[in-house]
Amino acid sequence: MTLVPDPDAAVAGIADGSCVLVGGFGSAGQPMELIDALRRQGARELTVVSNNAGNGDHGLAALLATGNVRKIICSFPRQKDSYVFDGLYRAGKIELEIVPQGNLAERMRAAGAGIGAFYGPTGVGTPLAEGKETRTIDGREYVLEYPIRGDVALVKAQVSDTMGNLVYRKTARNFGPVMATAAAMTVVQVDHVVEAGGIDPEVVVTPGIYVDRVVACPTRPTTGSTAGTEAEARR
Amino acid sequence: MTAENLDHGPLTRHEIAALIAADIPRGSYVNLGIGQPTLVADHLAPDSGVVLHTENGMLGMGPAASGDEVDPDLINAGKIPVTETPGAAYFHHADSFAMMRGGHLDVCVLGAFQVSVTGDLANWHTGAPDAIPAVGGAMDLAIGAKDVVVMMTLFAGDGSSKLVGACTYPLTGRRCVSRVYTDHAVFLIGPDGVRVRDTYGITLNHLRERVGVDLRSLESA
Repeated sequence: MTLVPDPDAAVAGIADGSCVLVGGFGSAGQPMELIDALRRQGARELTVVSNNAGNGDHGLAALLATGNVRKIICSFPRQKDSYVFDGLYRAGKIELEIVPQGNLAERMRAAGAGIGAFYGPTGVGTPLAEGKETRTIDGREYVLEYPIRGDVALVKAQVSDTMGNLVYRKTARNFGPVMATAAAMTVVQVDHVVEAGGIDPEVVVTPGIYVDRVVACPTRPTTGSTAGTEAEARR
Repeated sequence: MTAENLDHGPLTRHEIAALIAADIPRGSYVNLGIGQPTLVADHLAPDSGVVLHTENGMLGMGPAASGDEVDPDLINAGKIPVTETPGAAYFHHADSFAMMRGGHLDVCVLGAFQVSVTGDLANWHTGAPDAIPAVGGAMDLAIGAKDVVVMMTLFAGDGSSKLVGACTYPLTGRRCVSRVYTDHAVFLIGPDGVRVRDTYGITLNHLRERVGVDLRSLESA
């Protein structure tokens, strides 16, 4: 694991045409500073895998607005404030692949765990299983699903130690630990970095073996947020 | 036999939610879908022991957050800030959906565009050419929870029944719904068809005329 000084260094070298796994569920856990850096870096023809397709004008939505994302694979693009994606989609400027949320998570888990494919129960008999192999096992029908592997994962955690061991915060954890395992290079932004031994090994969620680059991006103050005090209490 | 409540109904959304809450067994692990089903939480008894699951990685979800409680890292499936209850647990998405797909959740409550007499569910896509599809966790919940309960109005805006012989909207899951709670009646779906448990503000015979599918009264089971 390499500690890098800023988000721009964290996304250096991401190539055109990369498949980028982007953590977050809505805005919770979305690695805003890394996404902004990727937007500045300018890699084109990206495929983005994320649960949603951006909110408002910031983060993932701002990246989509550059036109640098060719395709998005997600479970739930349509939201009250997904107007950036909605406009691109209706104009035919972005390709959409809808994946049930559990399949999205499990397909990335499979990629990270070296599973070649798996039979899952979700979507049997629905349009999202059309054209896919099915198999009846113990009287129940399953659909064959293939892994989703990323060239890069952009993940937000709360704390990393200098070994890359990660701890997350509340429901901002969401896809982070799964995506961290599923990409050739995993880049993580954290509120702060502690020395090795600064995280109780029993509470590590993502072991450092999955983590390639870490950058500290202290959380900007948010009205009503208790992020700072909770982080202090945990240390 | 079917209970006809002629002096009471059609039910409000909160009255439907209260019926559902009253039927959830004590101590169940429950997922409430976004939209109307979230109202069920308001009607669970304080001592129900029900543990709420939210797909974005939490068991023991508490009520919506307000004021200083609001924390952008603590939200529900509808991205609404919520609170945690004592004994809550956080976990990642693959674990959260393993709880569904692995059959560990006792009950989920979902909204619906249509439910068929065999328990097929359609609730994710109208199929309209200009609609942007979004499935979220609905397909995983539909096939995963032990008991899949639907909360919906019985009739669409054009007066057509949303309980149908066969769904015309794209399916979310096949043969997955066990009960349907609506403003006019509660339906039990089984291998032998649909039975009407209660009606609200309508007779069973009038309900049969308006719904137009075969509805059995409870004693004929």
